[in-house]
Amino acid sequence: MIKKYAQKIYIALIFIFMYAPIVTLIVLSFNASRTRAKWGGFTLKWYGALFANAEIMQALTNTLLIAFLSALIATLIGTVATLSINSMKRANRALFMSITNIPMLNAEIVTGISLMLLFLTLRAKFGFTTILLSHITFNIPYVILSVMPRMKQLNPSVYEAALDLGASKSQAFFRVVFPDLMPGILSGFLMAFTMSLDDFIITHFTKGPGVDTLSTKIYTEVKKGIKPEMYALSTLIFVTVLVLLLLVNHTPKPKEPKMPGRS
Amino acid sequence: MSTKLIDLQHITKTYGDNTVLDDMNLYIRENEFLTLLGPSGCGKTTTLRIIGGFEKPDQGVVLFNGRDITNLPPNKRQLNTVFQKYALFPHMTIAENIAFGLKIKGKTKAYIEDKIKYALRLVNLDGFGSRMPDSLSGGQQQRIAIARAIVNEPKLLLLDEPLGALDLKLRQDMQYELIRLKNELGITFIYVTHDQEEALTMSDTIVVMNQGYIQQIGTPEKIYNEPENAFVADFIGDSNIIPSTMVRDELVEILGARFACVDKGFGTNKPVDVVIRPEDVDLVAPGDGTLTGEVTHLIFKGVHYEMEVTANGFEWLVHSTDMFPVGAQVGIRVDPFDIQIMNKPASEDEEAVTIDE
Amino acid sequence: MNKAAVKKPESIKISYFNQKLLTAPYLVWSAAFIVIPLCMIFYYGLTDKSGAFTLENVISIASAEHAKALWLSLLLSFVSTLICLLLAYPLAMILAQKNVSRQSFIVLIFILPMWMNFLLRTLAWQTLLEKTGVINSVLSFLHLPTLNIINTPGAIILGMVYNFLPFMVLPLYNSLTKIDPNVVNAAYDLGANAVQTFLRVILPLSVPGVISGITMVFVPALTTFVISNLLGGSKILLIGNVIEQEFTQASNWHLGSGLSIVLMVFILINMLLTAIFDKNGEGNAL
Repeated sequence: MIKKYAQKIYIALIFIFMYAPIVTLIVLSFNASRTRAKWGGFTLKWYGALFANAEIMQALTNTLLIAFLSALIATLIGTVATLSINSMKRANRALFMSITNIPMLNAEIVTGISLMLLFLTLRAKFGFTTILLSHITFNIPYVILSVMPRMKQLNPSVYEAALDLGASKSQAFFRVVFPDLMPGILSGFLMAFTMSLDDFIITHFTKGPGVDTLSTKIYTEVKKGIKPEMYALSTLIFVTVLVLLLLVNHTPKPKEPKMPGRS
Repeated sequence: MSTKLIDLQHITKTYGDNTVLDDMNLYIRENEFLTLLGPSGCGKTTTLRIIGGFEKPDQGVVLFNGRDITNLPPNKRQLNTVFQKYALFPHMTIAENIAFGLKIKGKTKAYIEDKIKYALRLVNLDGFGSRMPDSLSGGQQQRIAIARAIVNEPKLLLLDEPLGALDLKLRQDMQYELIRLKNELGITFIYVTHDQEEALTMSDTIVVMNQGYIQQIGTPEKIYNEPENAFVADFIGDSNIIPSTMVRDELVEILGARFACVDKGFGTNKPVDVVIRPEDVDLVAPGDGTLTGEVTHLIFKGVHYEMEVTANGFEWLVHSTDMFPVGAQVGIRVDPFDIQIMNKPASEDEEAVTIDE
Repeated sequence: MNKAAVKKPESIKISYFNQKLLTAPYLVWSAAFIVIPLCMIFYYGLTDKSGAFTLENVISIASAEHAKALWLSLLLSFVSTLICLLLAYPLAMILAQKNVSRQSFIVLIFILPMWMNFLLRTLAWQTLLEKTGVINSVLSFLHLPTLNIINTPGAIILGMVYNFLPFMVLPLYNSLTKIDPNVVNAAYDLGANAVQTFLRVILPLSVPGVISGITMVFVPALTTFVISNLLGGSKILLIGNVIEQEFTQASNWHLGSGLSIVLMVFILINMLLTAIFDKNGEGNAL
């Protein structure tokens, strides 16, 4: 009994540790005082000011656009790569998996400066495109690593059965194999989206002047003091995701179609 | 008379709303090979885990040689378990696996070395000591699991469906090996299985369980020949179970025809269930039997033919070395001592259930 | 009895489409954006501004300033990795026993916090840790001594533990859930008590998770420049800060690359360790 309570308290403490800063930020978003050091009373004004702040809105647009595009492209490349890695010979497979592991195991700062050096050498214009390319690069491994397990669980006979029943190769793939991989692909996409959204370090090295994501915007504001609008925006994003997650997890799946005419 | 090694008294165990064991009473005598037999979810594994100490009963006590061990943790019990799928320590060699319990007890190096050698020889795996578990086949791992348990010289060995993961041929070999081990070591075995053939082959005593209740306890012969209710009859081997009426002692009316039998004490004109094993149905010329029917199916099974005979609206399952073609008219005769009379089940729980395994 | 070990059947491999066509995009991409950029670090790190070969950039790690930063980085990342391991192991054990669904666990500990920007989350610790901050208010209310760790290495360690703890919990949790509960039961059955069972069975079987977790925490902690910037004030320089400044302020890419090569030596040691313990070559980070 004591053991059970001790376990619960331990889990609770860790979660308090993990979520205390988040709660702090949410509280700060309602703080009327401009500095985070003191509480100046409850206000909603930052939420209003947020939408009037063109710089923050621009950074938000960049962040979401880069997250979406990089996740999408990484999912495409990553899924195709998984298909190919899966049917490789052992040696090639090991080589490819090692290459895939490099961005995951390497320090982000090293990945960041290596890409920076590449773009410098190519005399590329630092900006939206360089950030996007970099994000795709570090997102691909996440997609591969979430599709790979599904790929392994796949029963190859299912594909052969589809061929046996007269499906063409691509029909067999898209009707039988692909739907089975879908959960892995989807979670790979979401993982990539989240990673891109939260990234600062690699963006920091590959962004150009005048182009900011939320992360880099916040970083430049650190010295002057974070604008409270930023807390409001973060709170909005966080709460939106939280609500979405709760909806997905707690909506009971409808067992029967609703009766028409009843409310 | 040998003593009770394990005595389970009024054991009840529930998980949430699900009562797995309900007021169960069972004892196991020293040096017995006892099998808990039943379909999945019947409570046999829970019973074993309670004896092993991995579960605590909600009510009731477990006595070991007369001593209450209900709250004793598994590491303090004088018994060992052979787990389903072996549960060998994957990071240790075979020798280290076998030595585990002995090292914990602080035995000397020489003693442990000796025991490892002895145990490996006992299970016919001499020279496997330095191998890793995952380099062994299922049957070999199984025997190591047994070796690991018996080097500790337990008074009681618990075996949880130990042969379940093996293929048929290997399973049969291992059955003989287990009987040999049991005889050589002279320790008590409690064996859990859902395989009735395994139970019949190896056990001194079989406990048939269903839905948390003991259905029947007896020797394999007794369980097979004299099932006490329809569940046992249906679970153990093939059988014809026919609702009938006991006319009076030693006379039963089956499907409108009267058969002589040997059972007494069921009362007069009482509804009963009758069990007749398919090999006990004698097919004779039409008119020579108590009933007349028509052969509707015929399959060659190797040792015998399996036939279905429809007589008086019931499909009789018949095993016979004589063949009658489909469509043939046959007489059905059953010797009095081959007719087993059973009381109607008292509750729904005891109704026969279909087993797919 | 067949003495030879039964070999697991080689899983059937199917090429769904033309293999070359499938391999090409990722091959090109990883060459262009992973392999070549890494080579460029080596090129810049081993040359001077005129393009001539030199080891000076690498050797400059031995200079007092750089060596101090590297030493401090190693120390802080070692301490925070250790703290992460000690905090995460019990948590992973409790969660593995509880049979929480893996999915919801990952979301709760890993994904959900990420939707609050990581810089802001780290900055929030300033608010919490300040002299008159939330934690000290609670502590003084309870008549306990107040904490004074903002702008000290202690705050950096806290920031590292906070940011990288999930990377330790996840591989540990993965390797602990892979242990067959009956293997643990077997240890008890053979007479081992809780401590013996943990030391002889559970801990050795979780080694791959421990190694993987250490790698996942140690590398980002060793190389961070953000956490030290946000929580350490501007006085404390880690090796990550030095490299970052060479690139963004001093624009001395050669020196920055040279120091990165030194950093990569440590990372490589880590990768080798993982490769040895992660036999499937799949990485069990996720």
